[in-house]
Amino acid sequence: MNNLYRNLLLFAVMLALVAVVGISQSWNVALAILNLCLISAIMTLGVNIQWGYAGLFNAGVMGFAALGGLAAVLISMPPVPAAWQAGGNGVVTGLAFGIGTVLAGIISWRKTAHLGGKRYWLTALIAVAGYTLMRWVIDPAIVAVEAVEPAKTGFLGGFGLPIMLSWLVGGAFAAGVAWLVGKVSLGLRSDYLAIATLGISEIIIYFLKNEDWLTRGVKNVNGLPRPVPYEIDLQHTVWLQNWVETYGISLIDASSIIVKLCYAGLFVAVLVVILWLSETALKSPWGRMMRAIRDNETAASAMGKNVTWRHLQVFVLGSAVVGMAGAMLTTLDGQFTPTAYQPLRFTFLIWVMVIVGGSGNNFGSVLGGFVIWFFWIEAEPIGLALMELITSGMAQDSPLRHHLLDNAAHMRLMTMGLVLLLVLRFAPRGLIPEVKR
Amino acid sequence: MTDVLNTLALVSNFIIVPGLAYGSQLALGALGITIVYAVLRFSNFAHGEMMSFGAMITILVTWVLQARGINLGPLPTALLALPLGIVATIGLCLATDRLVYRYYRQKRASPVTYLIVSVGVMFLMGGLIRFVIGPNDQIFADGARFIMKAREFKQMTGLNEGLAIKSSQGVTVLTAVVIVAVLFWFLNRTRTGKSMRAYSDNEDLALLSGINPEQVVFIAWIIAGTLAAVAGTLYGLDKSYKPFTFLQLLLPIFASAIVGGVGNPLGAIAGGFVIAFSELIVTFAYKKVLGYLLPTGLAPEGLAQLLSTDYKFSVSFMILVIVLLVKPTGLFSGKTL
Repeated sequence: MNNLYRNLLLFAVMLALVAVVGISQSWNVALAILNLCLISAIMTLGVNIQWGYAGLFNAGVMGFAALGGLAAVLISMPPVPAAWQAGGNGVVTGLAFGIGTVLAGIISWRKTAHLGGKRYWLTALIAVAGYTLMRWVIDPAIVAVEAVEPAKTGFLGGFGLPIMLSWLVGGAFAAGVAWLVGKVSLGLRSDYLAIATLGISEIIIYFLKNEDWLTRGVKNVNGLPRPVPYEIDLQHTVWLQNWVETYGISLIDASSIIVKLCYAGLFVAVLVVILWLSETALKSPWGRMMRAIRDNETAASAMGKNVTWRHLQVFVLGSAVVGMAGAMLTTLDGQFTPTAYQPLRFTFLIWVMVIVGGSGNNFGSVLGGFVIWFFWIEAEPIGLALMELITSGMAQDSPLRHHLLDNAAHMRLMTMGLVLLLVLRFAPRGLIPEVKR
Repeated sequence: MTDVLNTLALVSNFIIVPGLAYGSQLALGALGITIVYAVLRFSNFAHGEMMSFGAMITILVTWVLQARGINLGPLPTALLALPLGIVATIGLCLATDRLVYRYYRQKRASPVTYLIVSVGVMFLMGGLIRFVIGPNDQIFADGARFIMKAREFKQMTGLNEGLAIKSSQGVTVLTAVVIVAVLFWFLNRTRTGKSMRAYSDNEDLALLSGINPEQVVFIAWIIAGTLAAVAGTLYGLDKSYKPFTFLQLLLPIFASAIVGGVGNPLGAIAGGFVIAFSELIVTFAYKKVLGYLLPTGLAPEGLAQLLSTDYKFSVSFMILVIVLLVKPTGLFSGKTL
């Protein structure tokens, strides 16, 4: 019981910190921080499923989050009919050829074990031929699609469905890629997964930056539809105008606070569902088995548990949650910016959240997501103020002073690295330690 | 006949010469990873930042030297500054080991704990580097730009295609050869080198024979730091120095180490060249080659490029995947030093 009070206190302090920002800066800022805290918490839960339950190191959180963002674009943006007309068929046929090649390669590899060394050549031949065919079909189509009003569209658009659907689809995208990566690298040495995920996440980002026909690349996709009302529409409603008059706050502030609250409501709902599912899973026989595998793989496999398969399962699950959070983040931003995906922000920061929160404890992950995101945002003013203080003794035009002030932003990187190392060393169990069951 | 020679010059210019240089850089990086793996038994994610740190110190010293008018004539001044870069990187490695890794070694932590610790170190170092030198491109190459210019080659041979060899490429290959030779001599001929190999092969047996593990680890960090500083400086000389690229370089370097067989120095070198040449072969535009070799009229209209240059990093990933699927132990079945 003592622990329960302690944990409740930690959460209360956290919410109080957000409230302090609300009172001292503005409620708009506080709610913006809160929304990102919620998304971070969901992402952290995903990573905690992989690391806390199973001890798998995923160094590619960024890639899975970006796949979620891609899903948001593909699901919600309206299709571009002109682009479909120009090259839709070519792109679809080309992709079909690509998928066909992969399937043909797999089948030929599986069925030709008796050929010995020739097997490699046959599979390679199929791969090269299929790839050439795909490029031959798809390249002119892509050029045609990208030529359609490149300043405004230049891509195929999406399906024009409600954007909240993309939260599920984003999870599915991430799960699919995670399955492929896991299939290749799990069951081998433990660090292969880390290296493979590091690689795939970079490649996903390169893909999203360069395939303009799909994502407009570095031109970004702006104006994604929203699941919540627009500020401008709210400002025209009579009830809000009356309400604002009664309480004497500005109309613009009130509308944007309401929009942020709507988002917060949606995110809290998702967070609660995922948290409940994770907790239930952790308490179930499945969770016991996962912990047994994590703590002693040899013993667990001696008890007849298929360690590799379970690792794959848990890796896919965790990645799906990360993908979902990625889609939610893009929904909140209202735009898809491939260049915004930085490993520091999306892979590393999430890891710090998991470790600081307490690996293996879902509530710890949520708290970690909140705490680290809050300080990540507030560290900028704090860090700058600190640098001002340190350099205040120097001459105004001292080059060292300028250098320090200019590079103060990189202090965050160092601080987070330091926080991770310190927590790992001195409090490896985190803020809310894993419960011994 | 001229067509064949032209093709040869073209391929040398765009694949063989850059491939040798890039391959040497990757090989040196992969060697560092492999040495740390063989002795400390973890994949060091901070190795890219160690390279970056070595290059950074070298650049800073180079600037000081350049400002005082000291140079090496046709050779880049950075070579003169490199020893200081090496010493600083070794110092950084030893300090990190003392402050961070030693604790986990004594606790006999699992490899994945080491891994996540090394990620923390990576970001700490990355922040330090950006704090000191900033996130932007730094150019520090000086001396003669080319050993052979494309125009000179054309005049010499009368071919259409030029062959240019940058001096940074020459310096890279030569330095790499020297470093690797010294390393192999050390590992195979000296007492300390042999004790390191023994420790890597079988820790318990090595301990029983009276090998001091702390000394082996000490030497391993010295070697890793040296390799990292050299590799980082050579890469910076050849391309350009930008802190961000070293995170991206981590993937090809790890791929090189794994392709060759982690823990196997010979494999790391082979892996480096496999990755470098595959990257260049796959992203090379074959339009001109086909133009020379095919009968007139059959030459393709497009670039005839297998993969756009933007995706060159994905090549190492694909090779990594193929190796993991087909032969997870690597080409030179790894795990001995």
